[in-house]
Amino acid sequence: MTTLEPNRTATASEVVATRSTGTKATRAIGIAAVVAMTWLLLFALVFSPADVNQGDSVRLMYIHLPTIWVAYLSFIVSAIASGMYLFTKKHSLGWDRMAGASSEIGVIFVGLTLIVGMLWGRLTWGVFWQWDARLTTTALLFVTYIGYLAVRRLDGSHHQRAKRSAVIGLLGVLLLPLVHWSVRIWRSLHQEATILNTDLDAEIDGIMFFSILVGLVAFSLLYVWLMLHRTRVMAMEDLLDDRGLDLALAERRAEGGVR
Amino acid sequence: MIAFFEDAGFIVTSYVVTFAAIGAIAWRLVRTGRKLGKQVPDDEKYWT
Repeated sequence: MTTLEPNRTATASEVVATRSTGTKATRAIGIAAVVAMTWLLLFALVFSPADVNQGDSVRLMYIHLPTIWVAYLSFIVSAIASGMYLFTKKHSLGWDRMAGASSEIGVIFVGLTLIVGMLWGRLTWGVFWQWDARLTTTALLFVTYIGYLAVRRLDGSHHQRAKRSAVIGLLGVLLLPLVHWSVRIWRSLHQEATILNTDLDAEIDGIMFFSILVGLVAFSLLYVWLMLHRTRVMAMEDLLDDRGLDLALAERRAEGGVR
Repeated sequence: MIAFFEDAGFIVTSYVVTFAAIGAIAWRLVRTGRKLGKQVPDDEKYWT
């Protein structure tokens, strides 16, 4: 309201609506993410050596691993936010929006993981797809969260949407241990975890390990940036939804009054 | 540099798909934010 001329009050048509979802913080995180991505590209495609066994195809690991990391992170955050919505007294829709935004990001990144994984599979196994334990469970995770997003689009109030999707968010996250340890539980073509293996010893060369870390930092920054923007967009969508509903109700009441 | 990689096509395709998808999503998000931002008063945006 401060942008109006002095000695004037704002009328409805002069309400200030100039700010988008960006703030100083999001701009700083965005710039940091771009810088980190540039470093990732340099390390992944230039500085990092080819692998003794896999050759240059190992360079796919520097995006394959960060994308699934963001997907795991997204679904864990979504489950925590879903729990916070369901089990706190306030039942704040802010938690619901956080869960929804995080799941959307997770679905995108699982999708990217599958695409890059298929291309990597073609290079190392000779086929794009195998009904292998890791690939199958990852595809199941992808489909489950597409279902979660579909449920969010069902008709109903914001709180109905929040309750339905929170239950699925809490159940869906149970797939993560299955996906992660599928290579141990079943015999699998997919290699075991490079960093997060059960022995907690990274079996990887120094510069390759550093390149992976750069990727994890870059993609984590990207996740935070996407989350901030998406939750703000969702907040505005909900607000406009409510306003549309209020307007429709007011019109109905006015019609009723006339009659 | 990339042209000298073995299997450069698969590697480049993977990077292009990943970064193009990220770029498209980020661009769409910012654009939607700007569009909706014009319809919602600033004092109702909790981040302002």
